[in-house]
Amino acid sequence: MCDTCGCNVTPAADDHAVEVLQGLLAANDHEALHNREHFSRHNVLAINLMSSPGAGKTSLLEATIEALGTDLRIAVVEGDLETENDANRIRKKGVPAIQISTGSACHLDAHMVHHALHELDLDDVDVVFIENVGNLVCPASFDLGQHINVALLSTPEGDDKPAKYPVMFRAADLVLITKSDLLEVLDDFDPVAAEGYVRQIANPAPLYNVSAKTGAGMDAWLDWIRSEAGSRA
Amino acid sequence: MHELAVCQALIGQVTDVAQDNKASTVSDIYVSVGPLSGVEAPLLQNAFPIAAAGTIANAATLHLDATPIRVHCEECGAESEVKMNRLTCKECGDWRTTLLSGDELLLQRVVLGEINV
Repeated sequence: MCDTCGCNVTPAADDHAVEVLQGLLAANDHEALHNREHFSRHNVLAINLMSSPGAGKTSLLEATIEALGTDLRIAVVEGDLETENDANRIRKKGVPAIQISTGSACHLDAHMVHHALHELDLDDVDVVFIENVGNLVCPASFDLGQHINVALLSTPEGDDKPAKYPVMFRAADLVLITKSDLLEVLDDFDPVAAEGYVRQIANPAPLYNVSAKTGAGMDAWLDWIRSEAGSRA
Repeated sequence: MHELAVCQALIGQVTDVAQDNKASTVSDIYVSVGPLSGVEAPLLQNAFPIAAAGTIANAATLHLDATPIRVHCEECGAESEVKMNRLTCKECGDWRTTLLSGDELLLQRVVLGEINV
């Protein structure tokens, strides 16, 4: 049974009804599988970073690139609506960044990532970060071919975001509570409550508090990346 | 608003089914949508005429079947119907549950119009 030749389609006996039973995103999922195989063949760990706009994805990447130094070779696929600003910030750190300008699109899909990968030589890379479009709704529905989803929840957003955007946070393999340096002045963000909301959607993902600005908590995140990358090398 | 992209993918699948069966029109399309698929049924319904315009599914009716969210508790084994942001077991309250249904986004059935033999 496959999705391409039509052999999964069985005509019904009467009234020209055809049972299909195929996911609506089958074409995207097929291309995502292809991307994932491409990453895996090159022993590259692919991480999809998702968050609302302004949660600090690019700042986290800048700090991560700096801290990892020469430990791991990093490349970034940047989804940005109209500008190359984020990609330029990454390039300044000395790592390749492929820009996907999504225009008004609200998410990346596997096809866009496939195109970006044409411009990236994976032989020289250990970890690819895909910085998704800042949006807590749409990106959750589209598999890009990543191995791991990381969702960022910044402290000014409020600790109940996982309850408001359950589809996104259910898909997360790791949740980073970013801008943790603000916890001391924000009395309405409780990391324990945030963890409670993640468990309420039956997600066992670990949560780490990190501040790209002060470097606090970055070690746990970096160890996690090293461990995940090591298990794939 | 990714529902338009999803709807365009749906039209692509429906067009393939119609062509494979040598049909020139499509009358009905049945899709199941679970709340945890990340797709809003009313938005999908609104996007449908836009995606279907000028295609073989132009005159088709889209029927959306909302599937309930059901979880199986790993602790006590109970099955419960739950809300999308509270997937915990209704019997014992444990959060370690697995999803039985509610994240589907599935083209179930296409009813074709005229078949060219």
